[in-house]
Amino acid sequence: MSVDLRRATAAQLRAGYRSGEFTPVEVVEKLLAAIAREDAALGAWLHLRGDEVRPEAAAAEISYAAARASGNAALDALPPLLGVPVALKDLVNMIGTPTTAGSKILEGYISPYDATIAAKLKAAGALILGKTNMDEFAMGSSTEFSAYKRTVNPWDRERVPGGSSGGSASAVAALHAPLSIGSDTGGSIRQPASLTGITGLKPTYGRVSRYGIVAFASSLDQIGPFARSAQDAALLLHTIAGSDPRDATSSATPVDASLLKLPQGDQAASALKGKRFALPKEYFVAGMEPGVEAAVRAAVAALQSAGAIIDEVSLPTTEHALATYYIVAPAEASANLARYDGIRYGASKHGGGDLLDGYLATRGRGFGPEVRRRIMLGTYALSAGFYDAYYLKAQKVRTLIARDFDRIWAAGYDAIVAPASPSVAWKFGAKMSDPVAMYLADACTIPTNMAGLPGLSTPCGLSEGLPVGLQLIGAPWSEAALLSMAAGYEALSANAPWRDQDPSDLAALGGAV
Amino acid sequence: MSKLTRAEVEKVAALARLGLTGDEVEKLQSDLNLILEQWARLAEVDTSSVPASAQTIVQPMPLRDDTPHPSLDVEAALQNAPSRSGDFVRVQAILSEEADG
Repeated sequence: MSVDLRRATAAQLRAGYRSGEFTPVEVVEKLLAAIAREDAALGAWLHLRGDEVRPEAAAAEISYAAARASGNAALDALPPLLGVPVALKDLVNMIGTPTTAGSKILEGYISPYDATIAAKLKAAGALILGKTNMDEFAMGSSTEFSAYKRTVNPWDRERVPGGSSGGSASAVAALHAPLSIGSDTGGSIRQPASLTGITGLKPTYGRVSRYGIVAFASSLDQIGPFARSAQDAALLLHTIAGSDPRDATSSATPVDASLLKLPQGDQAASALKGKRFALPKEYFVAGMEPGVEAAVRAAVAALQSAGAIIDEVSLPTTEHALATYYIVAPAEASANLARYDGIRYGASKHGGGDLLDGYLATRGRGFGPEVRRRIMLGTYALSAGFYDAYYLKAQKVRTLIARDFDRIWAAGYDAIVAPASPSVAWKFGAKMSDPVAMYLADACTIPTNMAGLPGLSTPCGLSEGLPVGLQLIGAPWSEAALLSMAAGYEALSANAPWRDQDPSDLAALGGAV
Repeated sequence: MSKLTRAEVEKVAALARLGLTGDEVEKLQSDLNLILEQWARLAEVDTSSVPASAQTIVQPMPLRDDTPHPSLDVEAALQNAPSRSGDFVRVQAILSEEADG
């Protein structure tokens, strides 16, 4: 059986490279050609490493050929992602590449060092194809707040891919890369994964090092994988996870080796039998699209048919999570973004007047509208006289949000099952003039970040021809279990008609300009 | 909860070191007031006996060996500086004559 190199998962690529059925150079050329043909319409990429990645692919090919000549032991000893293309959200520093975080204030910035995850991906043999578009400093839910370009959803060019990791999600959905890296502060991996019909995982807070990642809200930010299968997401997570002496918030909790042996097919489906899922009623309220609710409830019914136990539960503080997040995240952002002063790096408007004039001009012009809004919110929430009413209050409500989840795990549930987004992808501009409407797009994902928990979105059908994501949320450090359950759901729905459908505008991307 | 006045928005912008145009201040004033209405709802939540959480995944503070490691070399650290002078970042004068003393 011949493998479509654009469609191949990382697991299939590794198998093909080992057997010699195809090579890393063929795959990279195929993907670079697709990107060259389609990205003018898709807009997923901010920087491509075409010149660098070709020789890297050739070197990987030589390693495979040499190992094949030596036998299986030599093949087994090759790094796990050797020759597998990966895209990085443009907030991951990689030495010698531009890193803009989607902002004009970092235009022209060239990373002088590798983020820990960039170093880990290189050591694992991954081929970094380039950097992907994002909302400026990861603040947004549609990627429309990128200072550089618009990223479209391959399912409908008139619609957003979600955000803030919209470029990484669209690149994987449009078959430009099998794997990509995103970041999730309030849903920025799970929500775009849901809107583009792929798998995206936000790991437990502390699971993945953030050394070398442009910071947004440091008590919430996590780095995680996008892929077209749970198995691939597990493979990528295994590569990037683990404690890092350069990030004191990274955890010493051992990385689960079972990520590399995720159950597949019938084995994964039958493992769902007896699993206990909590269905929180607060995730199905006001503003949820009926088609999204129908697809999610159908997926829940499928889990039940497979022998899973589903109980409706209550997470009563859910309704306050959004306001809590929009105090905590901007407060942390206002502190993190104080470093963009136009002096040590980045865009600078110093020189005309005194030092203060330089700060005001650099930051006033360098940051876009949403980032300015968040810095203002955060500065206000932390300012004298308001700290107790806002920031301290939000930190207390945060405790209550975490306790809601703790009660679920104490009651013995394996996971929470919920929608990943209250809607399918929306049209460009629909929420741009109303910040509160844009913030509501993350209502289903934000509570997980407030509690530091792992969560994923896996495709569960279409509504109005657009993808819907099923969210699974787990106890701390339960990523392998969540991904196994997602693999089980993949197996249950393997024959569903929507599984075989390509993104509807994929073919049109090549012809459009 | 009272609404933010234009003067308050300007004060916060100054604290945040954001140089804004008049139109931007006006837009932010209306956006912030919309968002503050959402925040105000948190006052309904009884937190009288609830401790604050800065983080919810609590981990032991890690210690590392106290051994020196090489850090970024000077050229790499300076490669993105907007203005430099030899091995230094060049900045605007911080003290003026009137402010001195």
